[in-house]
Amino acid sequence: METEMSDANDLTGKAVKDFLAEAEEILDHLCSDLGVMSDISEDGECNPDSLNSVFRGAHSLKGLAGMFGFTGVQELAHHLETLLDSLRLGKVKLGANVMTLLMDSLEALGSLVRNLADGGGEDPDVGQLVARIDRAVATPGESDSESLLSALGLPASMMNALTEYEEHRLLENVKKSRCIYSVLASFSLATFDQDLAELTESLKRSGEVISTLPSVGANIESSIDFELLYASAKGVDEIAALVTDSNATVRVLGAKPSAGQGTSQHVTVFQPETEEPAQISAPIDTAMTAKSMSRTVRVDIGKLDELMNIVGELVLSHSTINDISEKMRKEGYSTVLSELIKAAKGLERRLNELQKGVMEIRMIPVGQLYEKMGRIVRKISREQGKKVELKTFGADTELDKLIMEDISDPLMHIIRNAIDHGIEPPEERAAAGKEERGLISLSSYQKGNHVVIEIEDDGRGIAIDKVKRKAIEKGLISPADLLTDREAIDLIFLPGFSTSETVSEVSGRGVGMDVVKSNIAAVSGMVDVESIAGQGSRMTITLPITLAIIKALIIASADRYYALPITSVLESLMLEKKDILTVERKEVMQLRESTLPLLRLDGFFHPDAKRIESDSSFVVVVGVAEKRLGLVVDDLLGQQDIVIKTLGTMFEGLKGISGAADLGDQRTILVLDVSGIIHEVTKSGGQV
Amino acid sequence: MKRILVTEDSATMRSLLISTIEACGDYEVVEAASGFEALRLLPREQIDLIITDINMPDINGLELISYVRKNSSYTHTPLFIISTEGREKDVEKGLSLGANEYLVKPISPARLQELIVKYIG
Repeated sequence: METEMSDANDLTGKAVKDFLAEAEEILDHLCSDLGVMSDISEDGECNPDSLNSVFRGAHSLKGLAGMFGFTGVQELAHHLETLLDSLRLGKVKLGANVMTLLMDSLEALGSLVRNLADGGGEDPDVGQLVARIDRAVATPGESDSESLLSALGLPASMMNALTEYEEHRLLENVKKSRCIYSVLASFSLATFDQDLAELTESLKRSGEVISTLPSVGANIESSIDFELLYASAKGVDEIAALVTDSNATVRVLGAKPSAGQGTSQHVTVFQPETEEPAQISAPIDTAMTAKSMSRTVRVDIGKLDELMNIVGELVLSHSTINDISEKMRKEGYSTVLSELIKAAKGLERRLNELQKGVMEIRMIPVGQLYEKMGRIVRKISREQGKKVELKTFGADTELDKLIMEDISDPLMHIIRNAIDHGIEPPEERAAAGKEERGLISLSSYQKGNHVVIEIEDDGRGIAIDKVKRKAIEKGLISPADLLTDREAIDLIFLPGFSTSETVSEVSGRGVGMDVVKSNIAAVSGMVDVESIAGQGSRMTITLPITLAIIKALIIASADRYYALPITSVLESLMLEKKDILTVERKEVMQLRESTLPLLRLDGFFHPDAKRIESDSSFVVVVGVAEKRLGLVVDDLLGQQDIVIKTLGTMFEGLKGISGAADLGDQRTILVLDVSGIIHEVTKSGGQV
Repeated sequence: MKRILVTEDSATMRSLLISTIEACGDYEVVEAASGFEALRLLPREQIDLIITDINMPDINGLELISYVRKNSSYTHTPLFIISTEGREKDVEKGLSLGANEYLVKPISPARLQELIVKYIG
């Protein structure tokens, strides 16, 4: 149950860091929301949504700061919240002065939080600002709100679930003589958030959605009902027409109040301050900079993709320049040429730096994954009554953020499997002379253009006999098939093979290793399993560092050039005719201790074309997930960076091609889809 | 093993609550980052104690509580509100909707642990 993931001190330090990051995020949001508010406030009316959003931001900040005992932030946020609440509830009007006060408060909060981040501790002297806020907040006058609301005759269950703000919005709408409706809708539990958002959107066009009350649907497992409290100037028929798409029913609530009633609410217009300049106490003032304290920027990864594409194009333009200078050399423009070559070299260096820089932005440490896995280990081992320790290595190994996201689920399932099937119960371990506490180690390291993640357990290992028996039972292999141990282990990756009878709780549903495999293959990764009976198993996931620009091996086959993503290439060898063996009418070769199936690329794309036999050719060993295949090609033309472009919908069903790439010399070549090729070969009966 | 649902939109607050809960005994924590997430989880999971914030972006905690109490599987499940709002009116409202305890932030971890043990052992 225990892991080495965290100790108490570590947690506190991390928690404070989390607080600072979240506080900064809240402040960022507040600033932009406030910007929206100030635009709107020009005409006096302020968007209730953005005001509410600012209020909630200040509220969260207050709560967080309170938890950590940062009293200055807490106090200021608290007063700011009170001011915003008064604004929200219409007790204070939003004028230029209040706006300035809000801005000042945000700036002060920003500098307090920044001071904390710099380790300087906060300056608790927020007194002056607090006093200004207090002056702005008027004492609320008596209002006739209670009577107005009770006239509506809403059921108590509904009134009780309204926050003070929602109550206020309801009242505001009643005062404006709008009709109050109850809109009832029933949605599927799986899609209710989109459905509800659609309904709310269409309603908002003609009024205001005041509250959203969920209630139990007809079938508790699959549906959920919502009752929306809605105000609009439109009649019931018009509203009913608005919501026909959502199958919602509309009902008028209470009696329509007579116009003009309750229009005289007590509102304090905040008077301009005269005696005090818009400034706060000095220590905060000096720290007031626009500098972001955590020195990080949040960027949409789409923008990085775009940037990466441009870098890719630049790399291509550069190789065009190289080609031109090569042409010039042949034609003898020697004097200017050396200068051009020098310039091109300089450009190349800068380009490499740029490419590396952009690539690094996308990288995040795998430690983020480890944290999640630590929690999963604790949870599952507890469920299973097993003792498991998780050791992690190489937490700072970096990986493309998109790949990291895609790899998280497969990793979780592998770890779950390791605890489910690998690690034995404590008694069994003791009996086998092992320590009662099982060990799972998770290590990551970079290896060339790959990141390798290994998951190792010291459990009972994969029972090869059991796997074979199961595969025969399920009709995946025939009893006559002779499989090596390696091949037998790989059976676990077949769809329909799952030794687990119970449905996993962590994921909600049982996921087989075939899904793990296809998830890994989707990011051009490979997975290998090794297992020793009684001693444990090791899964090795090999991933490309990034998917944006890839290195490719350019190969030639039947006078055509193709690009082969280097992440799928394991090795390439010279192939002599005598090395090719034929087993069951399929060509194979012996590669160290295993048999490698071969595929002639020209035969794959042009099955009917006559084969030109050449004496020597090359074989490129490629792999996807657990499968390996030797591609027989005529020539290897070296490595190059490529940016893969899609071929468009016209060529969608094309087997074995994933896209096209520019080579920079005006030539466009096709990029091979290794997993597609292997899939085709497997389908046509080949063993891969 | 008893399971506790924590509904709280602030990630920092959520992880603080989780470590407080995990430190006080063998409980499994189910996390929801919003009211909607809680609505989706509740019919599917077996939950023994619900802890919820009030101020959340999609539906507020009060609305969540009214749902919980209408759901026959959760009519009597202990429910704590953890909120920054501590005015008498807020507390009254929360308790009248069916919350068992109302804790005002900043909460004391010891107090929360004490209450968890009191309600679900």
